[in-house]
Amino acid sequence: MSVIQTALKIRSPSAFDVERIRADFPILKLTVNDKPLVYLDNAASSQMPQQVIDRLVRYQTTQHANINRAVHHLSEVATSEFEEARRKLQRFINANEEREVIFTSGTTDAINLVMHGYGRKFIGAGDEIILTTLEHHSNIVPWQMLAEEKGAKIRVVPINDAGELLIDEYEKLFNERTKFVGVMHVSNALGTINPVKEMIAFAHARGVPVLVDGAQAAPHMKVDVQDLDCDFYAFSGHKLCGPTGIGILYGRAALLENMQPFKGGGDMILSVAFEKTIYNTIPHKFEAGTPPIAAAIGLGAAVDYLSEIGMDAIAAHELALLEYATEQINSMPGVRIIGTAEHKAAVLSFAVDGVHPHDIGTLLNQEGIAVRTGHHCAQPVMQRLHVPATSRASFAFYNSMDEVDALIAGIHTVQKIFT
Amino acid sequence: MANYKSLYQEVILDHNKKPRNYGTIEHPSHHAVGHNPLCGDHITVDIVLGERIDNIAFEGESCAICKASASMMTTAIKGKTRAEAETLIQEFLAMATGKLSHDACPNIGRLAVFAGVSDLPTRVKCAILPWHTLHGAFNAVATTSTEAEEDPMHAPIGDA
Repeated sequence: MSVIQTALKIRSPSAFDVERIRADFPILKLTVNDKPLVYLDNAASSQMPQQVIDRLVRYQTTQHANINRAVHHLSEVATSEFEEARRKLQRFINANEEREVIFTSGTTDAINLVMHGYGRKFIGAGDEIILTTLEHHSNIVPWQMLAEEKGAKIRVVPINDAGELLIDEYEKLFNERTKFVGVMHVSNALGTINPVKEMIAFAHARGVPVLVDGAQAAPHMKVDVQDLDCDFYAFSGHKLCGPTGIGILYGRAALLENMQPFKGGGDMILSVAFEKTIYNTIPHKFEAGTPPIAAAIGLGAAVDYLSEIGMDAIAAHELALLEYATEQINSMPGVRIIGTAEHKAAVLSFAVDGVHPHDIGTLLNQEGIAVRTGHHCAQPVMQRLHVPATSRASFAFYNSMDEVDALIAGIHTVQKIFT
Repeated sequence: MANYKSLYQEVILDHNKKPRNYGTIEHPSHHAVGHNPLCGDHITVDIVLGERIDNIAFEGESCAICKASASMMTTAIKGKTRAEAETLIQEFLAMATGKLSHDACPNIGRLAVFAGVSDLPTRVKCAILPWHTLHGAFNAVATTSTEAEEDPMHAPIGDA
């Protein structure tokens, strides 16, 4: 047992029992290549606890029908469970009103909704959109599409070698043409936690709305959209112990009401005639068609599960994992951590001298260890830091110190094979 | 289940460490650049083709599987006719993508060490990139384009 591991147990004797938590996740009992699975690809997708699986089974077994339609029993149950899930998500991010919580298919869909619904209406020729070097492609490409369509311009906040945004440079980018800011809360490639609250305050002082991509933050820390004072906050269910195909867009009600719908169809209308269609109120205006009902209800169960453990306890355990893993890797000759921001979430990108990330990924997989290798859909970050790709271990609250040890042993094995 | 260890055996590790025919040729008769869109890796292949492949060289940043595959490709191809080389390309692609076992590839020889890659769908592209690039270099004569059409390289493997 490591020093930190011991310290953690002393610090929190009963608060965080990782073994008890692990028992909730059936997939963690798997073996891969005859080794116990060590799942360290949580930034790509997290695993699902039995409580969420059971909730999905209960919905499909006893509650399923289409929502907002019929007067029959099942439709009423499904509608009420779906709206209850919306309230759970509202509480989870402390949104002021439940109609500010829109179900989307994921973070990408949520950002595209804002681009189409807000951007295409309010951003025009010569206007400027501020993004950052750290952004995931999903918070770059939609804005490039808008810029191309409207003749708008994208300005990019640079980073330092540690992977931190240069806030002075961010502030210098503002001018009278600045119409929008898009920034990720936590970097998926490096783990950097960005000072979004301060960035939002600066933008708001100049009347500029801010979208926060919270895909990597919502699973790992307490998110309070009112405290952040953000205008939009987007995140995904499947990184949050929920199902795939579901995500959330939080939007300030006043903004949502003035936005145009992104998708047309059923549910998003009050009345349809060929002469004129009246759109529904928010959030329904943005939820055309039958939504992923089961997935939304599953996500509601997932945030219940996380809230019961406590986001602060989750953040504390993950920080302990990060600190221990960082200390171990820093003591290994020939291994370098990519992304050394002062404030980091439990994402550890690293490079091993003389070994390509894909070879590291395959050889760690041989040891049952799942990491991500590649550019992490953040090619501008890779270009800025002059690395073609990295290997990335990303932790969740159900990871243990023993799994950090397994990762370290795995990297030693890789180095031995390549010397 | 794949025996991953068989993929990283001595011969592959050796070619990765000391790649043969590494570099560029000053006046190649054929040249192509191959990209692996999954990881951004790229290699170049230069050839001097007369009646036979008189010289061949490759260069680029890539993983061990790709580099060893390129290195062993150059040693296997040098001195062969273009037709023989094309046959070997087809055999290698068929073996690496799991369409043929290495026993069913009469010319494959020592390149059979790459048979295990067919069990690793995300690594198949690494092994076949050099062969794809060689194929592109040959075809540049006729088509002046190395943009491939029906190649397993272009199988969609996402990188979200």
